[in-house]
Amino acid sequence: MTQPRVVVYDYGSGNVHSVVKAMQKTGADVELTSDRARVMEADGLIVPGVGAFDAVMTQLNDVRGGELIDRRLAGGRPVLGICVGLQIMFERGVERGVTTEGLGEWPGEVTRLNAPVLPHIGWNTVEVPENSTLFAGVEGERFYFVHSYGAQEWTLDPHPAIQRPAVTWAEHGSRFIAAVENGPLTATQFHPEKSSAAGIRLLSNWLHSLG
Amino acid sequence: MSLAVRVIPCLDVAGGRVVKGVNFLNLRDAGDPVELAARYYEQGADELTFLDVTATVDDHSTTYDVVRRTAEQVFIPLTVGGGVRTVDDVARLLASGADKVGINSAALARPELIGEIADRFGEQVIVLSLDVKRSDAVPSGFVVTTHGGKRDTTRDAIAWATEAVERGAGELLVNSIDADGTLAGFDIDLISAVGAASSAPVIASGGAGRLEHFAPAIAAGADAVLAASVFHDGTFTIGQVKDALSRAGEVVR
Repeated sequence: MTQPRVVVYDYGSGNVHSVVKAMQKTGADVELTSDRARVMEADGLIVPGVGAFDAVMTQLNDVRGGELIDRRLAGGRPVLGICVGLQIMFERGVERGVTTEGLGEWPGEVTRLNAPVLPHIGWNTVEVPENSTLFAGVEGERFYFVHSYGAQEWTLDPHPAIQRPAVTWAEHGSRFIAAVENGPLTATQFHPEKSSAAGIRLLSNWLHSLG
Repeated sequence: MSLAVRVIPCLDVAGGRVVKGVNFLNLRDAGDPVELAARYYEQGADELTFLDVTATVDDHSTTYDVVRRTAEQVFIPLTVGGGVRTVDDVARLLASGADKVGINSAALARPELIGEIADRFGEQVIVLSLDVKRSDAVPSGFVVTTHGGKRDTTRDAIAWATEAVERGAGELLVNSIDADGTLAGFDIDLISAVGAASSAPVIASGGAGRLEHFAPAIAAGADAVLAASVFHDGTFTIGQVKDALSRAGEVVR
């Protein structure tokens, strides 16, 4: 059986090499590229993101990456956003007084967490809903987070006919979204590629969901 | 439900080998960095720190190679420090597989560097490293040193830590030169003073020699503990440190 083909989107942001190595560890056939055809055709697309929300959006807009992500999702092709790659799936981000438009796949905004110590750096627990498949076998594990901003509300009101989105929460000072599984669009605020064996297992779960 | 205390082994690297010494002097060979990194990963290390202590400022290429090879097999965050002077140095280290970079003397020489790195890569990539000594010459009683503790500056360590966080440092690695290599325990007063002044996470470094040394550093305000020789010498494992922290009531992974 051939493994699903995964592309790690090389649009200029993110710790792309770590993501590639971690996906190789899961046994995926993985490629690092920004080639539009390859990005469209892949069985699964990973959108990493590190740094400020507006910097990531600028880099993505420069290569018209949002268009590709929209088109993939419209066709039901899986996309996995990591860290700021989760944040930009929301409508907008507010960082240091600057409001930046995101891709708007989900309603809501990304704002500064309310916690005495920031950035939120380290291994934290997550509250996984029962309908999650991404966290199968690692529900009780800790994952590695490094961020100061987060989506602190989930307001999507999906049509009853679709499969209910699985929203996983974490807490640092206040509650924020740690992961979302919503049809073809999956995203994690933490870094599975830096979350040791638990993170590899989670990536492997996503890989196997690609069929 | 809370963040776990991080246990971070530090590997001082020179010429592609792990070295160790007391108070940064008398460096001795302590093994292959990639092999050691993999061993600590297996033991449950929460992060790894490489400190490039190569004497010459211009040749860090062996360190890039060590970072690259480590990142291929170790799926936890890697911090690399030592000799980082420019935004381009940071870009090269991140491209080699580092997740965070340690900045020390270059930030002292030109504090704007912190903001420049934060603007391009985000504050979470910057670990501001301070080598601190006790001194009556500054108000807090803790002075920043350079050259591995051999030269005092005129900067108050607490004031510098606060300024660095305002400028965009994501974490503070606080190393006590007085305690470093003594195996007599962390400088608890220093950690308390930095912890009280900083909104960023604090990593305590310098002086760990016994299992019971770690919990007081966390109680004093550190978010993570870093040690080198006790791990390299096999005095104890990462797991034993976590057990000791857990027995003291701290949350570990």
